[in-house]
Amino acid sequence: MNFSLLINASYIVASILFILGLKMLSSPVTARRGNMLSALGMLIAVVVTLLDKNILTYRYIIIGLASGSLIGVAAARLVAMTGMPQMVALFNGFGGIASLLVAWSIFASKGIHSSFTLVTLFLSVMIGGLTFTGSMVAYGKLSGRIPGRPLAFPGQSAFAVMLLAALLASGVFIVIPSMIPVNFSSEHAVVLAVVLTALLGILLVLPIGGADMPVVISLLNSYSGLAACMAGFAVKNNVLIVSGALVGASGIILTNIMCKAMNRSLLNVLFGGFGSTKKGAGSEKSKGGEVNPISAEDAFMILEAARSVVIVPGYGMAVARAQHVVKELADLLEANGTEVSFAIHPVAGRMPGHMNVLLAEAEVPYEQLREMDEINPLMETMDAALVIGANDVVNPAAHEQEGSPIYGMPVINADKARTVFVLKRSMNPGFAGIENPLFYKENTRMLFGDAKESIQTLVGEFREL
Amino acid sequence: MEAIYLLFILVLAILLGFELIRKVPATLHTPLMSGSNAISGITLVGALVSAGSTDSWVTVLLGTLAVAFAAVNVVGGYLVTDRMLGMFKKKKGDK
Repeated sequence: MNFSLLINASYIVASILFILGLKMLSSPVTARRGNMLSALGMLIAVVVTLLDKNILTYRYIIIGLASGSLIGVAAARLVAMTGMPQMVALFNGFGGIASLLVAWSIFASKGIHSSFTLVTLFLSVMIGGLTFTGSMVAYGKLSGRIPGRPLAFPGQSAFAVMLLAALLASGVFIVIPSMIPVNFSSEHAVVLAVVLTALLGILLVLPIGGADMPVVISLLNSYSGLAACMAGFAVKNNVLIVSGALVGASGIILTNIMCKAMNRSLLNVLFGGFGSTKKGAGSEKSKGGEVNPISAEDAFMILEAARSVVIVPGYGMAVARAQHVVKELADLLEANGTEVSFAIHPVAGRMPGHMNVLLAEAEVPYEQLREMDEINPLMETMDAALVIGANDVVNPAAHEQEGSPIYGMPVINADKARTVFVLKRSMNPGFAGIENPLFYKENTRMLFGDAKESIQTLVGEFREL
Repeated sequence: MEAIYLLFILVLAILLGFELIRKVPATLHTPLMSGSNAISGITLVGALVSAGSTDSWVTVLLGTLAVAFAAVNVVGGYLVTDRMLGMFKKKKGDK
């Protein structure tokens, strides 16, 4: 009895530490300490649980903990910052399958469960399984092991609906054992549920395009929390419920931010299949017009005289591994008396906040990073905008052409700057395949070539000053 | 009655979560995701009880697997978040 009191008291402490940790994430200054507090909470919860009187043998616990921790340490050390989205997808999946396994292991244990517990056990299996296989597909798409384009076969949605119906039926068998047909047991029903939810997770994520992965991993993040929450209901453990709910809420908020930034509803992302649908009528009209190419040397002359420069990076910058030389250019510009800022669109990169991490890795101070809503009103005062590896997030068609597929999407108004430099390999349209009228604007200069080389040339010119 | 009590906790925790996460700036969204991901590894606590039981071998096996997966999630999640947050630096005063 005493132990149970101690365990529950320390679960409260752990919950408080998680909450404080998240609160301290509200500023980059305190964030790191917050994360450590949160980890401390986890440590307390785990150590105290080991005192539980229901734990009779430690052998398998040690095996599980040791192998899992080793893999975790290695993964955290080795992952490159560009690979962060697929790693988060992988971890989401692991959280999901852990909840599934916990629920399954309780099914397999002897003992009689109440209907409420059975419902939550089933939900834990269902959400955990969906999260696991869905995350594995997202991981495959983000790491390029599976084609990023939407993959679908005829009748896929009908098949998914049938799967869901069968899954719910297996849930009914689990909760109301008297309804189980002959030659079929609750154990069978659980295995069936595991298989069906695994299939369903794959089917749900396969048809979603690579460009929409930021939404998908935010949503799966939320699911991994909900799965933990359901497992918490099943084992009647408050700390699981509280932390699961916190993670669930966090994932939902991020999902919502990502959807807004792409001007799409969640349903449209999940079932719309961006790019596989028709092109907007207005996308044709913008074609034509003159582009004005410029050499790096001439661009330097303008940048050298500029008093304020805004850099708009996109995922293309990270792919070209140009962030370090961009940072060098920013330093040289500042040394030359120019005010430099970075404009970050919420969906720049492959997951929420990805671009910020990539720039932080290149040691760009976070005060220089501005959010879209903060920088847009200042755009007209900027002498020059430098668009590096970004395309759709600076596309003025979003507020100029009603027929455009991205019409209404909030974008960074780079075209409002006095001079816009677009660093681009060729005139090919971007990820979403949408024509960009920015390239034809009078104040736009196209700096063709590899982004990294172009910026290196600029850096070289500045060094000769 | 117990179900209601647990649901009560759930609802309050979700509301608290919304309030907390809303205040996280966009620049920290990736660490938020990996950090909250580590928190969802709390399933580990449930897994420990299954893995440590002397119930059927199936329970122990599934529990042990759950411990391993959740441990990857917890350890990897916190470490990688710490690594990322360590890179966020203020502007240096002098150059």
